Amino acid sequence: METLVAIVIGILFTIGTYLILSNQMLRIILGLSILSHAVNLMIITMGGLKQGGPPLLAENTTRFTDPVPQALILTAIVINFAVTAFLLVLSYRTYKMHGTDNMDELRGNRHG
Amino acid sequence: MSFLHFIVLMPFLATILIPFLYKKWGHRIHTGWFVVFVPLTIFISLLLYLPEISNGNFIATSMPWIPSLGINLDIYLDGLALMFALIISGIGVLVVIYSIFYMSKEREALHNFYIYLLLFMGAMLGLVISDNVLALYTVWELTSISSFLLIAYWYERKKSRAGALKAMLITVFGGLMMLAGLIMLAMISDTYSIREMIASVNVIQDSYLFIPAMILLLLGAFTKSAQFPFSIWLPDAMEAPTPISAYLHSATMVKAGIYLVARMTPIFGGHSLWFWLVAGIGLLTLLYGSLRAVRQTDLKALLAFSTISQLGLIMSLLGVGSAAYYFSGGEQQELYALALFAALFHLFNHSTFKGALFMVVGIIDLESGTRDIRRLGGLMAIMPVTFTIAVIGSLSMAGLPPFNGFLSKEMFFTGMLQAAEVNMFTLEGFTILFPIIAWVASVFTFIYCFILLFKPFFGSLRLDQLPKKKVREAPLGMLVPPSILAILVVVIFFLPNVLSDSLLKPALLSIGPFTSLNEIPFEITAWHGWNTEIYMTIGVIVVGLLLFFMVKNWNSILRIYPDNLSLNSLYNSGIEKMESSSSSFTNFYMTGSIRHYIMYILIAFVGILATAVISLDSVSFNLNFKANVSIYDVSILAAMVVAAFMTLLTKNRITAIVSLGAVGYLMVMVYVIFRAPDLALTQMVVETATTVLFLLCFYHLPKFGKRIEKLPFKLTNFLVAISVGLTFTVLTLIATNHKLYHSISSYFENAYELAGAKNIVNAILVDFRGFDTMMEIAVLLIAGLGVFTLIKLRSKDGDNNETK
Repeated sequence: METLVAIVIGILFTIGTYLILSNQMLRIILGLSILSHAVNLMIITMGGLKQGGPPLLAENTTRFTDPVPQALILTAIVINFAVTAFLLVLSYRTYKMHGTDNMDELRGNRHG
Repeated sequence: MSFLHFIVLMPFLATILIPFLYKKWGHRIHTGWFVVFVPLTIFISLLLYLPEISNGNFIATSMPWIPSLGINLDIYLDGLALMFALIISGIGVLVVIYSIFYMSKEREALHNFYIYLLLFMGAMLGLVISDNVLALYTVWELTSISSFLLIAYWYERKKSRAGALKAMLITVFGGLMMLAGLIMLAMISDTYSIREMIASVNVIQDSYLFIPAMILLLLGAFTKSAQFPFSIWLPDAMEAPTPISAYLHSATMVKAGIYLVARMTPIFGGHSLWFWLVAGIGLLTLLYGSLRAVRQTDLKALLAFSTISQLGLIMSLLGVGSAAYYFSGGEQQELYALALFAALFHLFNHSTFKGALFMVVGIIDLESGTRDIRRLGGLMAIMPVTFTIAVIGSLSMAGLPPFNGFLSKEMFFTGMLQAAEVNMFTLEGFTILFPIIAWVASVFTFIYCFILLFKPFFGSLRLDQLPKKKVREAPLGMLVPPSILAILVVVIFFLPNVLSDSLLKPALLSIGPFTSLNEIPFEITAWHGWNTEIYMTIGVIVVGLLLFFMVKNWNSILRIYPDNLSLNSLYNSGIEKMESSSSSFTNFYMTGSIRHYIMYILIAFVGILATAVISLDSVSFNLNFKANVSIYDVSILAAMVVAAFMTLLTKNRITAIVSLGAVGYLMVMVYVIFRAPDLALTQMVVETATTVLFLLCFYHLPKFGKRIEKLPFKLTNFLVAISVGLTFTVLTLIATNHKLYHSISSYFENAYELAGAKNIVNAILVDFRGFDTMMEIAVLLIAGLGVFTLIKLRSKDGDNNETK
């Protein structure tokens, strides 16, 4: 299972990286989202997969899945959401100001 | 703090007072009259130490500065230091008096001038009497800085600024090299004191840092003393006011390098590399300076090149004299030590006549309005006193009796003839060149001295060529300082041994291989019989006179040498090339494209990680993990990969957004199968909100932005992306396979006992690690505020561009 997840992480990283190397702002933000999914997957894999029940004490189990990565990911998801929302509004404003979402065109006038 | 410390610090203290004095009395009394007391007091106080020093004693005192680092203001006043300090303060007095008449009270910003001058004077005094190498470096750079300020004193002129910048770059380069050399010496000998370094000279000579330290120190000394090829800053420094040229660029600052070489001779002397570098570069500078000086048409430029040449002469004598350390006692040692003695003697003489000559040139410049020798002539009858001083100065420089330059020139020839017999170092065959170069350079020295004397003062007066129509003798105050120097020139010729006994021998004791004054046998005599030296001098006079009168016939030969191969143009084009190549390099990688920057980051990232993984040989993982794979897992992950590829490959943005949403919801399922209910809940909500936001953003796009675009395939992007993905797969596999420690999670399973919560993840979030959550809330708040600001706040300029 871990091997499979590792390969999926690699694929998601590849796709995310390829997207943030494009020159359209929306695609860059899409790429960042995919990268964050990949990172979350990576964190949860580090805690070990399927090694017990959900971390709820009411369950009549003695073995729980590692709760620490889950807490970390929960924080990461929220922060990532905040950043994505901000970036989206920023790109929206950039559209309105400059009328383009092409990063090359947004480089500014280098010749004065 | 001793009296000596007070003397050194006095110029610095005076700089604080100058602006107040200038403001209060500056418009009535020339500020220089207040300043002149500073060097005068220093000079008289130093004279009080003369009897003590003349007996071969020395005075050492210390004042703590940074005692924890061993950096203190240690003063060590011996013969060498006293000789320099007397030159600095003595000529300082004369230069200040001269500047009172040279610098106009009405037109010039005199407070600046005298503050810079006093800063320089204090730094220079500190330089020669400092025993601590780091304190020495501090004041060494302070002389560079104050010299920079003084050269650019008329900062509204372009040439002044250019000259100051050049001097600064070259001398600070050398200063930094010297710092490295001094630190090496301090590392070897484990002390910052020069005296203690000299005491542990055996340790230093055995160290592997001996040669690097020597070369670095010499770089410092050569740049400061304008030795070849670092001499180019000195002619450009002539844009400074003439009193400054007289003081800094002939008598004092350019001798700082000479001082350093003399001071370090007990450490490095006796080594063949030191001998060859110091003597060789010195002779090269001597020849180069004298050849270039003959070509000059500007009097100050001529004097600048003559200074370069004379500094080379002193340097070569120090180099030859360092051979004295090769012998332990005996007649040979004495003969080479004579070269050191000659160096000190000529150093003193040069300060006297060169200072006088600069002042003479300043008088000519001020009274006639030009320094160009092609326009000057026939000033002898109008300026008799100036002419007399010029005669004394230039004939002394040419090495003729009855002036002090004759004596030191004879000793120079003796030293060089002695050097020709050097046979203890390798390459001995080349030493035969020493007296030949010395003789040729002396001939050219003779010629430019005569040009300096004849062109402005003889011939016919051409008033129509001069900017000023009424040329007359300078005021008395301007004539007194050069007259004193000129009198000194003559007096030293007739009474050389008074100077020798009181100053030169103690100074030689500081740098030569002697233990007491009684061992030093040298007597300076004006007449020493019919020997080789006197024939060489006669030869110089005969050949020099011949060449001088035929100067028009051969002078053009010196102009054949193309200007664009000169050191100056090398320097200029070097600076230009450095600027253009650094800017083209910056423009090459600073493209302004975010894609390039992300590429650099990712390539560096992958490069470092991959190198680390491969070089640490940690690519080891087995693929048999504990978790089982079911058909659900495979299908969810496969669907996620497909959705992600859709995001990448689609031409339509709506499709891209929806498939990203699909990836997010599939993540929810992944969390479910990985037993993470809270994550699944949060991911679902967040993914919904994100998708809505994406769609909102998409909806608001301007019309033309809705065009359907395919992501063009770029091979470099693809390769970078693949390598990033591969790196992370490998890293994940390695990391999951290497569990060095047990997880701390079992502690959190006590959530109910410790925190009263049955949901362990929530207990971690709000109890065990509540700080993270608080900050995460802050992040959300800031993002919300940011979004609000972005939407509501419009800049006034931006509104025009807005496309609605």
